[in-house]
Amino acid sequence: MKDNIILRVEDIHKKYGKTEVLSGISFEVRKGDTKVFIGSSGTGKSTLLRCINQLTVPDSGKIWLHGEEVTHSQKSINYFRQRIGMVFQNFNLFDHLTAVKNVEIALIKVKKLNKKQAREKAMEELVRVGLKEQADLYPAELSGGQAQRVSIARALAMEPDIMLFDEPTSALDPELTGEVLAVMKDLSRNGMTMLVVTHEMGFACSVANEIIFMEKGKILESGPPSKLIREPRFERTKQFLCKLGELYGDIGR
Amino acid sequence: MIDMIFLSDVLLPPLLEGLVVTLKLIACSIPFGLLTGILISTGRVYGNPAVSFLCKTYVIIFKGTPLLMLLFLIYFGLPSIGISLSPFIAAVTGFIICNGAYNSEYIRGAIQSVKSGQMVAALALGMTKRQAIINIVLPQALIRAIPGVSNEIIYLIKYSSLAYMLTCIELTGAGKIVASRYFRFTIVFLIVGLIYLFLVTIAGKLLTMLEKKFAVPGLIK
Repeated sequence: MKDNIILRVEDIHKKYGKTEVLSGISFEVRKGDTKVFIGSSGTGKSTLLRCINQLTVPDSGKIWLHGEEVTHSQKSINYFRQRIGMVFQNFNLFDHLTAVKNVEIALIKVKKLNKKQAREKAMEELVRVGLKEQADLYPAELSGGQAQRVSIARALAMEPDIMLFDEPTSALDPELTGEVLAVMKDLSRNGMTMLVVTHEMGFACSVANEIIFMEKGKILESGPPSKLIREPRFERTKQFLCKLGELYGDIGR
Repeated sequence: MIDMIFLSDVLLPPLLEGLVVTLKLIACSIPFGLLTGILISTGRVYGNPAVSFLCKTYVIIFKGTPLLMLLFLIYFGLPSIGISLSPFIAAVTGFIICNGAYNSEYIRGAIQSVKSGQMVAALALGMTKRQAIINIVLPQALIRAIPGVSNEIIYLIKYSSLAYMLTCIELTGAGKIVASRYFRFTIVFLIVGLIYLFLVTIAGKLLTMLEKKFAVPGLIK
């Protein structure tokens, strides 16, 4: 079973000034896992995701992708980043490029595909997220949900081993949230390995095989949704889940 | 009464020759002035502290001193260290240095206005910082810098007349020679002025077209 481990995170620490944002995070991700990170703002969930692809460099600790060390990888970090897809809260689509060009630019510049191959691959990915018709629109002409789906297509086109989702629906209204979650559920069911920071508990319950509750830079507890939601071990987890329940209605208890 | 013969036979031929030189001066200066602006601004924003400092110093020096002084130094000063440039090349060099310094300020502002998420997203896809700057940040910055850079091109058209001070006989120089010989300053410089006005108007129209052509929804409306 050990060779099924795609990602290993080992005792990650990160400080901003005097504030310790991450204080010793460790976990393992197996192929096909979908892990959902929950917890109140400022507990380091986003920072953790950014540490995984080294957009934020952790102070200490190690990260391994397929047994190769990502931390301290110097120049080969770009190779790892191709294999770690990332989706952002604010989409971060390239504003000067149409949807299809957003998807193909890294294929051309990073993967060195020729223009025809890149276009084909990009269109394929846009079809997959249901946006064939919007291929020639600029980011400003897309709805939030469409923009986020383009950004998912952009990450998928690189054929990553794992996808990181940093609050992918937090900037969207409920209707648009649904279309993005549908794409993510599809991905998860088709075996994509995913780490997701979200408070969409419906999503977490239906596709996550583990929910990780973070508190003050640490993993307080984790477990499969059925277990963590029905019988949280800590009072703090219970409180947080209650608040989520008040906000979003019954979360599958 | 306007002397038509003076205009058509005496004034116009040298002015046209001068105009051609002016156009050449401008055409040679614009692309390299833009390139200099891009390099200096990029170095200033993304370079290491030493590069950034050098770029900043460049801007301070050439924004803070008269262009004419720079032209004199290039044309009359450089020969003393063994570099002799023709009046035309000396003028173009000075214009590029000056135009580049001002352009770099517009482009620097535009680079800084590009949202930081753009760079982050590019890096997350596996681009190197250089690739992200060239393919993502600079294209957006340059689109936003078009109005500012256009202004500099308009200034360039006008300060190209300083080339005359280096004996590079362009439009103003040609006018000055005729005016002195026939002692008809008013009419000559009115016409020279009209020609500059015409050049600037055409350039303004072309640059607005360019701005529209590169407009991207949401980036610049």
